[in-house]
Amino acid sequence: MFKQLALVLGLTMVLQSVSVAQEKSIVVASTTSTQDSGLFNHLLPLFKTKTGIDVKVIAQGTGQALDTGRRGDADVVFVHAQPQEEKFVADGFGVKRFSVMYNDFVLIGPAADPAGVRGSKDILAALAAIQAKGAPFVSRGDKSGTHAAELALWKAANIDVSAMKGAWYREIGQGMGAALNTAKAMGAYVLADRGTWISFRNKDGLQIGVEGDKRLFNQYGVILVSPEKHPSVRKDLGQAFVDYLISAEGQAAIAAYKIEGQQLFFPNADPGQRS
Amino acid sequence: MQDGSTAWELVVSGDPALYAIVQLSLFVSLSAVAVASLVGLPLGGLLALTRFPGRGALIVMINAFMGLPPVVVGLTVYLLLSRSGPLGSWGLLFTPAAMVFAQALLITPIIAALTRQTADDLWNEYRDEMNAMGVTPAARLATLLYDARFSLITALLAGFGRAAAEVGAVMIVGGNIDNFTRTMTTAIALETSKGNLPLAMGLGAILLALILAINAAAWGVRAIGERQAA
Repeated sequence: MFKQLALVLGLTMVLQSVSVAQEKSIVVASTTSTQDSGLFNHLLPLFKTKTGIDVKVIAQGTGQALDTGRRGDADVVFVHAQPQEEKFVADGFGVKRFSVMYNDFVLIGPAADPAGVRGSKDILAALAAIQAKGAPFVSRGDKSGTHAAELALWKAANIDVSAMKGAWYREIGQGMGAALNTAKAMGAYVLADRGTWISFRNKDGLQIGVEGDKRLFNQYGVILVSPEKHPSVRKDLGQAFVDYLISAEGQAAIAAYKIEGQQLFFPNADPGQRS
Repeated sequence: MQDGSTAWELVVSGDPALYAIVQLSLFVSLSAVAVASLVGLPLGGLLALTRFPGRGALIVMINAFMGLPPVVVGLTVYLLLSRSGPLGSWGLLFTPAAMVFAQALLITPIIAALTRQTADDLWNEYRDEMNAMGVTPAARLATLLYDARFSLITALLAGFGRAAAEVGAVMIVGGNIDNFTRTMTTAIALETSKGNLPLAMGLGAILLALILAINAAAWGVRAIGERQAA
C-alpha cells in the first residue's frame, strides 16, 4: 500500500513541478504590512485579469524579503526601507529600484496614555517621553522596514535604545500584526504603518498617539531581482509586475484601495521612469 | 477568505478558499506520512531485528530526533532548496512539494522510533521460533511489520498529528502563499497577525475536528481489522 501511495505521490510531485514551471507565475517577496493590510488581495486579481500572471506573495519583513531576493528565491521584491533597497541594487542583486507608493507610520499607544503623548505631532518628543517615563514600548526587532524606521527615529531623538533598553523596551522579533497584538496585551506603545493599523481588527484599548509628523513618512519601492545574478528569475513576467505597479493604471488601483473609507496607500511613482 | 466572516460561516457556505486550505493541509501532511513511512517503517523494523555496534547510539539519536524543532527542519530544507542552495535548480522552494519534504523529514524519526519499539517487543516473542525456522532477514522484517500493523497505525497517527499541527516548517519552506501553499496552521498564524482572533480560533477548531476525524477513522480501521484477524 505504501509503495502505491509513494508512486502516486511521486507522480503528483513531478506533475506539480512541471505545471509550476509552465504556468505564468512569479514569486514576490514583500512585507507583512502590504499583506496584512489587504492591499495584495485588492491589487493582484486586477493584475491577473490584465496580464494572466499569477503573483505568489511571500510576506516577510523587509530585511528577510531582501535576503530572499538576494538568494534568488523571489523574482521581485516589494519593500519599504529605501537605504537597504538602494544597497540591494548597488550590490548587483536588483536591476533597478522604482518608488511605488507611500503611507505613514503612526505611534500607537494604550488608551490610558501613560507617557502623555496623545495628539502630539512631534514623534521625537513622544519617544523621549516614553523613554523618560519608562512606559512599555514594543519593538518589531525583526529587521523589517518598520523596525529600521523605528531605530532611525530613536537615533534622531538622541536616544541610544541598545544601551538604554530595559524592561520597558521589548523586542519581539515578529511581524506588524503580532506586534500590535502584543502591544494591546501589554498596554504598550508601538510604531506601526498606518495600513496595517487601519485594517487591524483587534484594536480595542489601543489608539493613535502621534501622527502627522513628516518624519513618519514611509516609502515603498519595487525591484526586479537581477536575472544576471540568478538566471532562474522570470525576468519578463517580473518586469511586467513592476511596470504595472508604476503605470497610471496600477497607481490608480493602489489609490482606490480603501478600508472604511480611508485610503491606505498613496501612489507616488515617478511618471518619467515608466518604460 | 472574506474578512469578518466567522469560521462557522465559512464551513456552512462552503467557502472555496477554506476548502482549498483544508485540502492542501491534508495533502501535504498525508503525503509526508506516506514518504516518512517508506523510510521509517523499515528502518524501525531493522533496528529491532539487527544487532550491530553503534545500534544503541543510533536508537538514542532517532528517539531524540522525535523532538526536532519544526523551525530548524524548515530552515534546513529552505537552505537546501533555495536557488542559492545545493538543490536550488529543482525550483521546489515555496511549493507544496517542499512542504511535504520538510514534514517528511520531521516525522520520519517519530515513525521509525515508534516502529522500533513495537517491533522490538514483538521480536522478543518471535526470535526463537524464527531462528529455528531459518527465516530470511527480509521475510523477518516483513512478518514483524505485518503482524504489528495494527499497533503501527498509532505510529503513523503520531507522525500525522505532528505534521498536521506544525507551522514552523511549512511557513518557512512554503511561504504561506495564498491559494498555493497556505495550510490550516499558516492561515491561523496569518489571521492572528491580522488581529482577526475569532476567525483564527475558528480555523483552529476546524483543524482539531479534522485531526479528530482522522484518528476516529484510524480507530475504526483498526477495530475492524483486528476483528477480522481474530
